[in-house]
Amino acid sequence: MTGLMTSVDEVVLQPAELTVDKIDQVLGQLHRHQIDAADLYFQVSQQESWVMDDGIIREGSFNIENGVGIRAISGEKTGFAYSDDLSFNALTAASKNAGAIAKLGMNQSGRIALQSHPAPTLYQAQNPIDQHSAEDKVDLLKRLDSFTRGLDPRIEQVIISLAGSIEHILVAASDNTLAADVRPLVRLNVTVLMHEKGRREQGSAGGGGRHNYDLFFDSERAFDFAREAVRQASVNLQSVATPAGSMPVVLGPGWPGVLLHEAVGHGLEGDFNRKGTSAYSNSMGEQVASPLCTVVDDGTLENRRGSLSVDDEGVPAQSTTLIENGILTGYMQDKMNARLMGVQSTANGRRESYAHLPMPRMTNTYMLPGESDPEEIIASVDKGIYAVNFGGGQVDITSGRFVFSLSEAYEINEGKLGRPLKGATLIGSGPEVMNKVSMLGNDLELDTGVGVCGKEGQSVPVGVGQPTLKIDEITVGGTD
Amino acid sequence: MNDIDHSSFPASAESLKTIIADSLELAKSMGASQAEAALSVAEGMSVSARMREVETIEYQQDNGLGISVYFGQHKGSASTASLDPQAIRKTVEAACNIARYTSEDPCTGLAEADLMAREFQDLDAYHDWDIDSEQAIELALQCEASALDYDQAISNSEGAGVEINKRFSAYGNSHGFLQAERKTRHSISCSVVAADEQGMQRDYWYDVSRNPASLQAGQDIGRMAAQRTVERLGARKLKTGSSPVMFVPEIARGLISHFNAAIGGNAQYRKASFLLDAIDSRIFPEFVQLQEHPFSKMALGSANYDAEGVATRDDYLVRDGVVQTYLLDSYSACKLGRQSTGHASGVHNLTLTDTGKDFAACLKAMDRGLLVTELMGQGVSIVTGDYSRGAAGFWVEHGEIQYPVEEITIASNLKDMFAGIVEIGNDIDYRSSILSGSILIENMTIAGEG
Repeated sequence: MTGLMTSVDEVVLQPAELTVDKIDQVLGQLHRHQIDAADLYFQVSQQESWVMDDGIIREGSFNIENGVGIRAISGEKTGFAYSDDLSFNALTAASKNAGAIAKLGMNQSGRIALQSHPAPTLYQAQNPIDQHSAEDKVDLLKRLDSFTRGLDPRIEQVIISLAGSIEHILVAASDNTLAADVRPLVRLNVTVLMHEKGRREQGSAGGGGRHNYDLFFDSERAFDFAREAVRQASVNLQSVATPAGSMPVVLGPGWPGVLLHEAVGHGLEGDFNRKGTSAYSNSMGEQVASPLCTVVDDGTLENRRGSLSVDDEGVPAQSTTLIENGILTGYMQDKMNARLMGVQSTANGRRESYAHLPMPRMTNTYMLPGESDPEEIIASVDKGIYAVNFGGGQVDITSGRFVFSLSEAYEINEGKLGRPLKGATLIGSGPEVMNKVSMLGNDLELDTGVGVCGKEGQSVPVGVGQPTLKIDEITVGGTD
Repeated sequence: MNDIDHSSFPASAESLKTIIADSLELAKSMGASQAEAALSVAEGMSVSARMREVETIEYQQDNGLGISVYFGQHKGSASTASLDPQAIRKTVEAACNIARYTSEDPCTGLAEADLMAREFQDLDAYHDWDIDSEQAIELALQCEASALDYDQAISNSEGAGVEINKRFSAYGNSHGFLQAERKTRHSISCSVVAADEQGMQRDYWYDVSRNPASLQAGQDIGRMAAQRTVERLGARKLKTGSSPVMFVPEIARGLISHFNAAIGGNAQYRKASFLLDAIDSRIFPEFVQLQEHPFSKMALGSANYDAEGVATRDDYLVRDGVVQTYLLDSYSACKLGRQSTGHASGVHNLTLTDTGKDFAACLKAMDRGLLVTELMGQGVSIVTGDYSRGAAGFWVEHGEIQYPVEEITIASNLKDMFAGIVEIGNDIDYRSSILSGSILIENMTIAGEG
């Protein structure tokens, strides 16, 4: 057994008196039905969070969530059942429900001969919750709170949250897959509320990734988030009404990559394209973006929030080029959609938990850098907006329409940055906007590790990134 | 096809209460001066059909126990999805351990004992839907078929779904409050795609109810989904400008939820609201009444008590346009020097009184403007009231719908929007704990072309 398999065996299987052999039996029973594929997904996870609010450690919580999800697939049909009881009897009962999607076939109950093929690990199998004492975490939050309050006398409220989790995962599938993973995830956030002359504004910053809390203890990272939150709130206090209408918009590097996530990413997920409901359906090989654009979904980045050593179907992480020089080159696939479309999984099969069905999801999605100097890009705009930070976005993959919300932006007049602007929504159609990308910076950045992506009611952590880029025209939803 | 084994459900009210009582006792034995616990056991089935075939059959079984313990003025919380005694012990221990590290907080603790609910009306919230997976699939297939057959422009489908859910929940605290209740929630939904030379459009329709007998027929839901989808074909952009804006009921209630957030205790005590010190101020026009009806039979938002055991009340939030109360749980109430208003778990059938006009009459009243049927994105700030969201809908002239519009934004400030309400329709949408008809607002900025 590999190290990962050993620790998952200890944490997941042994307490439930399960063995790989017994799991193999359950899969074998499932295979008596006329199915194309079946899998079991075991999860044992812990999560903690601490909240500093109004100058005190107000909340602390600890959460445990264990369970197994069992899925059987026949053609395009899926049967699914889950249980928070990992005993062999519970597995058998749940697999009966999941298997009912397909009739019993001629197959004898067989064995799958599960085999594990260790994949490169992208993060360390360590539990962030145990690595620092509660005293140390509480002390860090207190120091950070007083540091933040000292940054600006206009600060009225500071809310700091620290969260960490560890998930032990085991995937066993009828295609012989046996894959284990131990996934840490941490995040720290600082929100400040500032008051000046009767006006109140908020600023927020944070980040994290698949590692332990060391980064927050041993580096300036946490204090940088505090400085950033205060800077944003202070900029927002000066903000004026945003113009309304169509205009050129320059997006800053990093988190504004939420543009790609919405305008391109979701529309290139395999399920929508198999069903033909995406604005990008049947567009493989076509020009879907300006030739400047090369977009990848890369699950292989070490310690990133959106990375997985193996996806939730046990497929080792991959990097997939979605768009190359403006040409659509790849969809993101899970096993089921890949099989139905006659291609291979791209390791994008993800699920929120054992109680949810996997589907094609993004990992870390970003655009490769271009050659322009970011300052030169701003200088090229006569009248428009420079947007450096965003709240979030949403897309209707069928029409291709997407929005994302400015949280820090500046007017551009004759190539120069002007006054800060109030929050506003940008709206466009994915394929149209991507074709209007006319300049690309040489300053690729990934976000700090805060992304949460929602699809069909399931949330998963993701990453985004991009260099500075210019969109020649997009609709800006201001009031001015 | 087999069907789910129901023998383990429903868990009895007594068995839930026993788990709560044991957990509270455990917390006490570990030294907690106060404790509270909430438990939920839910079971469900959801099926979907797509392109006239079964797509998924899912069986849900969700358990959750959350416990908060108080050691004097120090609080700790923990939760578990597993209800076996070992997991519960570990959870209570974890909560007690956390309480050693949280700060002393004068406002922490249970809600006051004399606010606990004492009367428990029958809310008529539990109605089994006695269908098996095959019948549910049949219903989903019929629903989708009526959408697919509605119009030749319907080219594709995201499917139709039927969901059956029943939930037992219990809450208890060391004041001696211990109650259990059971609720059902069933729904039918459908989403289809229509295409023309300009591209594809998608829309959906659904119904949800505690009682399956009062659900809209599957075929009607399918037809409605298809009609809404076809009507969006040929959508245009609008020119940038400003005009009256009318929100259909299913999104109008979102405006009320922004109001709720702004008068919510958290936003108030943090001064993170555009409606600070709003009590007794006129925020809406004089004809606007917002009243809660927590005890309505079968309604989705009914409750005898909130998440802290505090009795809910049949009361006004807004009377003659004037704000009457904040929405407080015990913590925010303490921070503001007030008493909990029984809103630890949101509002209960909050009803916006209409101005006596139906949907068509509201359109006539608007005469010329934008009818919004869909909003996109998160562009709402409760701190400043600034509002800017993506929108789709229809352009209206002479009180009649002219053509669909899309890829526009609407923007204003919520304060101006609330003050600018002109009409509230009697076309109330009952599928939520906020009951609102269409809302017509005098003027908003629209961004589109140019």
